[in-house]
Amino acid sequence: MEGFIHQIVSGIATGGIYASVALALVMIYQATHHVNFAQGEMATFSTYIALVLINLGLPYWVALVGAFAISFVVGVLIERVLMRPVTNAPVLTSVGVFIGLLLIVNSMIGWIFDYTIKQFPSPFPDKSLMGGFVSGHELGSTGVTLAVLILVYLFFRHTRLGLAMRAAAFNPTSSRLVGVRVGWMLALGWGLAAGIGAVAGCMVAPVVFLDPNMMAGILLYAFAGALLGGIDSPLGAVLGGFLVGIIENLGGAYIVGTELKLTMALIIIIAVLTLKPSGLMGRKVYSRV
Amino acid sequence: MKTSWIVAFLVLLAAVVPTMTFSGYHLFQLTMVAVYAIAILGLAILTGINGQISLGHGAFYAIGAYTTAILMASWDVPYWATLPVSAAVCATVGFLVGLPALRLGGLYLALTTFALAVAIPQILKHKLFETWTGGVQGLVIDKPEAPFGLKLSSDQWLYLFTLGVGVILYVLAINLTHGRIGRAMRAVRDQPVAAEAMGINLAMLKTRTFAVSAMYTGIAGSLGAMVVAFVAPDSFTVFLSITFFVGLVAGGAASIGGTIVGAIFIEFVPNLADLVSKAAPGAIYGVILIAMMFLMPQGAGGFIGMVWRRLVR
Repeated sequence: MEGFIHQIVSGIATGGIYASVALALVMIYQATHHVNFAQGEMATFSTYIALVLINLGLPYWVALVGAFAISFVVGVLIERVLMRPVTNAPVLTSVGVFIGLLLIVNSMIGWIFDYTIKQFPSPFPDKSLMGGFVSGHELGSTGVTLAVLILVYLFFRHTRLGLAMRAAAFNPTSSRLVGVRVGWMLALGWGLAAGIGAVAGCMVAPVVFLDPNMMAGILLYAFAGALLGGIDSPLGAVLGGFLVGIIENLGGAYIVGTELKLTMALIIIIAVLTLKPSGLMGRKVYSRV
Repeated sequence: MKTSWIVAFLVLLAAVVPTMTFSGYHLFQLTMVAVYAIAILGLAILTGINGQISLGHGAFYAIGAYTTAILMASWDVPYWATLPVSAAVCATVGFLVGLPALRLGGLYLALTTFALAVAIPQILKHKLFETWTGGVQGLVIDKPEAPFGLKLSSDQWLYLFTLGVGVILYVLAINLTHGRIGRAMRAVRDQPVAAEAMGINLAMLKTRTFAVSAMYTGIAGSLGAMVVAFVAPDSFTVFLSITFFVGLVAGGAASIGGTIVGAIFIEFVPNLADLVSKAAPGAIYGVILIAMMFLMPQGAGGFIGMVWRRLVR
């Protein structure tokens, strides 16, 4: 029983990471109906930036905020330069651009920071808490991801800018008519998604260690989480991310073993698409023909 | 139509010549071009003609390769007899994978196949199948010898064999895409609603196209396994799937002839780029992919076709 509780707790900890990345995916999907296949690589890149800042001697939290800010700017730039021209292009074009971006970012990481596996520091004490159920880092990273998710929620619910961004995603034409600068809202959304990815990367790096392909598996779980929760519902994506984290940990411990953990993401994706394509909290999509 | 047959014949003639003149390694590279061309052809039927995106065809390549390797290593099946088996296996798996994802939009299929590509090395390594797959170590298979007492080395014979299989598959693909079914595939890509109103069963056609496409790439995987004489889980990472996608886009998604250009591209560009740095192939793929999307959405094949039509007119 203790093992079971421990699996659930650490499932929640990793689930927080998936939830963050899933939220980043859904934010971009809602606004543009594109799935950002490069989200994971971008987050890995941000994590490297955080490591560089830490090695420069900055305190951990300053480095984290710095990485967030730099990722934000890079995200905005990518949207402005690469994504703007393909806004209304066919799916093949947007997928092509995203895969191209994935490849470029991945090889840039390898080129600049080389391919060796690096350690990443954790700001949390390295001891078990609550009678050994949870490690300091698990508790701390869950706290950080929850704080980020709550901040994002407050931002979208209670600020004018957040309202404008929601409006731009929901109905671009009408938003433009009432004076929302839709293009910039999309760019801000990209920046925010990149920043959330940066925090998620920094939280997971101490556990899985930092290498250029660090986020490949995590991106897959985030896809699964986003689909499970409903790919057009931010709240659903967060919930789905946590659920996937728990399912992954329990399944890994009791059913399939750790070697098939990635396959579980595949099975979740296929199961959701077959049984409930709109996800737990997504809207059903109707299209006029 | 006549001229394109002549061009095809000349290409084939030019392809046979190196059998005698090329050295071992260069012949190996050319054989891999033929293998990749078949793999990308499968992807072109799916993406170019039918408009569905797959980022996971490396998985079918892997399944084809492993089918051949297991049959040859465990049951001593002759190499040529493994091709129909792996075609059947891959078509079945393709049908099953396509079934849930195809009911939805193109993006979901891209997602599902991407997940498949990421997961496949783990599945191949799993200890449940280790007796057949050889686990992490993979399987070593023997290169087939030339039959009928022909005075050819096994590399030379394998090249001609791959070329022969390739020609058959290309002719079949051209017939398929130029006939009634090909028109239905294009109709589904361009106007799904109108296609359905014309009496085309969308889901069935899409799933079958996916099965055919997986079958092509699976046969390429079988041939690839024979050529390399070795299969291991880590040769079939998600990067392989992305490589096929890059080859497809570079050649031109909807162009059958372009698949050869794409295959040449993915065989030779990484070798050249490796001279610069380990990171260069990925970066070059990425840049080419984005540049193609912005500048030449029809790909090299479409571009050549356009120039050709201008010249002929």
